[in-house]
Amino acid sequence: MRIGEHPILTFPARRKVTFFFEGRPLEGYEGEPIAAALHAAGIRVLRESPVLGRPRGFFCAVGNCSSCLMVVDGVPNVRVCVEKLREGMHVERQVGKGDLLGAVAAKRGVLRAGGRGGEGGA
Amino acid sequence: MLNPQVMVVGAGPAGMSAALAAADCGVKVLLVDFFSEPGGQLVKQTHKFFGSRGEHAGVRGIEIARLLGEKVRTHLGVELLLDTQVLGYYPDGVLTMERTVDGESEYLKARPRRLVVCAGASEKPLAFPGNDLPGVYGAGAVQTLMNVHGVMPGRRAVMVGAGNIGLIISYQLRQARVEVAAVVEAAPVIGGYAVHASKIRRLGVPILTSHSVKEAHGERELEGVTVWRVDERWQGIPGSERHFEADVLCLAVGLSPLAELLWQAGCRMAYVPELGGHVPWHDEHQQTSVPGIFVAGDAAGVEEASSAMVTGRMAGLAAAASLGSCPHYRELAGEARAQLEALRAGPPGEKIRKGLARLEEVARRAG
Ligand SMILES: Cc1cc2nc3c(=O)[nH]c(=O)nc-3n(C[C@H](O)[C@H](O)[C@H](O)COP(=O)(O)OP(=O)(O)OC[C@H]3O[C@@H](n4cnc5c(N)ncnc54)[C@H](O)[C@@H]3O)c2cc1C
Ligand code: FES
Repeated sequence: MRIGEHPILTFPARRKVTFFFEGRPLEGYEGEPIAAALHAAGIRVLRESPVLGRPRGFFCAVGNCSSCLMVVDGVPNVRVCVEKLREGMHVERQVGKGDLLGAVAAKRGVLRAGGRGGEGGA
Repeated sequence: MLNPQVMVVGAGPAGMSAALAAADCGVKVLLVDFFSEPGGQLVKQTHKFFGSRGEHAGVRGIEIARLLGEKVRTHLGVELLLDTQVLGYYPDGVLTMERTVDGESEYLKARPRRLVVCAGASEKPLAFPGNDLPGVYGAGAVQTLMNVHGVMPGRRAVMVGAGNIGLIISYQLRQARVEVAAVVEAAPVIGGYAVHASKIRRLGVPILTSHSVKEAHGERELEGVTVWRVDERWQGIPGSERHFEADVLCLAVGLSPLAELLWQAGCRMAYVPELGGHVPWHDEHQQTSVPGIFVAGDAAGVEEASSAMVTGRMAGLAAAASLGSCPHYRELAGEARAQLEALRAGPPGEKIRKGLARLEEVARRAG
């Protein structure tokens, strides 16, 4: 939920953009943190922890704690509390540790030398 | 490779003051911050500040951020680099940075002649079952979400900690139309100022002293919080449990200095609980045990914005003086020292005075 009226603050008008959460289109404001846009849409579970598979949300909101890692446009381990939202972004919940090398290779269009799975840790 | 005379990490009140003080001495300063705006903690403080008149007491934090931000943006001696996170300090004195512009990041390096670290502090977590559930947030995180991004954290909150931060953010939750079920505080007394406590009491929010969190509940997200009474050793008392429905639990249980860069640089650190945990030893010129590296603000020991501005100014002056660029250093540093003494005087400053004395003692023992 967005804050409407506020006794002290006014929130400047910003450009609305569409992005995708697990394939589902959502609206947010350009340049706000991805986590803020998700939260405003009622989405607070951002990933599942690597060992126990427990749901995690954000904790610090300023990029210090790594609680909020998600897969953004195919790249895992993105701190969505500080990553700015842009039009057309694809955001996915991260399960496990995330395969960063695989993602970088895929982004560069390089075929991975087999063996390493796409799924991260336990 | 950037080669500034002075590099300041962090553009909160401490870093902006350090940059301005050094630049006023004619030194070229690079001021770097991770966020998109200068101001640090101040960008989310909608309340009027306490502290000293010289350091803008009575003015809202967001206004102070704007005033200082305008000065650093327009000062010819300061280069302001935003959206840039300092990643590491290397033995050859090089700092690495990642700067993000329009979603693309670039990697930068700097080798400054003097370094001033003003990285602020991070929030402490608290251990209890369920503390990792989505909905359990640092109080500052909730403040950032509300006051910077305009998003409600939820509908009903429980606040842990009745220091100034817990009390102020409880009030701000109400301003954002979030219900506050209760403020719980493990100590037998409220730590924050009476003005802040009575403001939220007038809104009907109970402050439960000698209480702490027993457990947070919820399937996938926070749904409720059980609190219980604690004894004088902060152990929970079975049978005293109370349950609150809540989708937000805010932890305002203290801050600890963000000093990673100083650890990396080999600065001598000491554990001083009164100053927030591990803090870098520093002398009265704000210089650490590594010559040429200075520290100010909350990174030097958790205090307040007023003192952050003064320690920042001191560090900036001292860095400039060590480059031979501050001919009036004695006089200016003397003024700053007198201001700090006034800020740390009396009962409110007792904790800081104790902490600073302990810092000296620990350092002396370590040789
Ligand atoms: C709710 C609340 C209420 C408060 N009320 C008052 C009050 O009424 N009066 C008062 O005097 N004080 C108050 N304070 C305290 C005050 O805000 C802080 O003491 C003060 O902001 C500390 O200043 P600083 O410059 O040391 O750090 P900060 O303001 O925390 O700034 C640190 C900056 O460093 C940046 N940074 C950190 N690491 C890096 C890195 N690696 N690379 C690049 N940038 C980095 C951060 O982005 C940040 O901008 C309050 C604090 C809170 C949370
Ligand atoms: S919530 Fe802490 S890094 Fe994002």
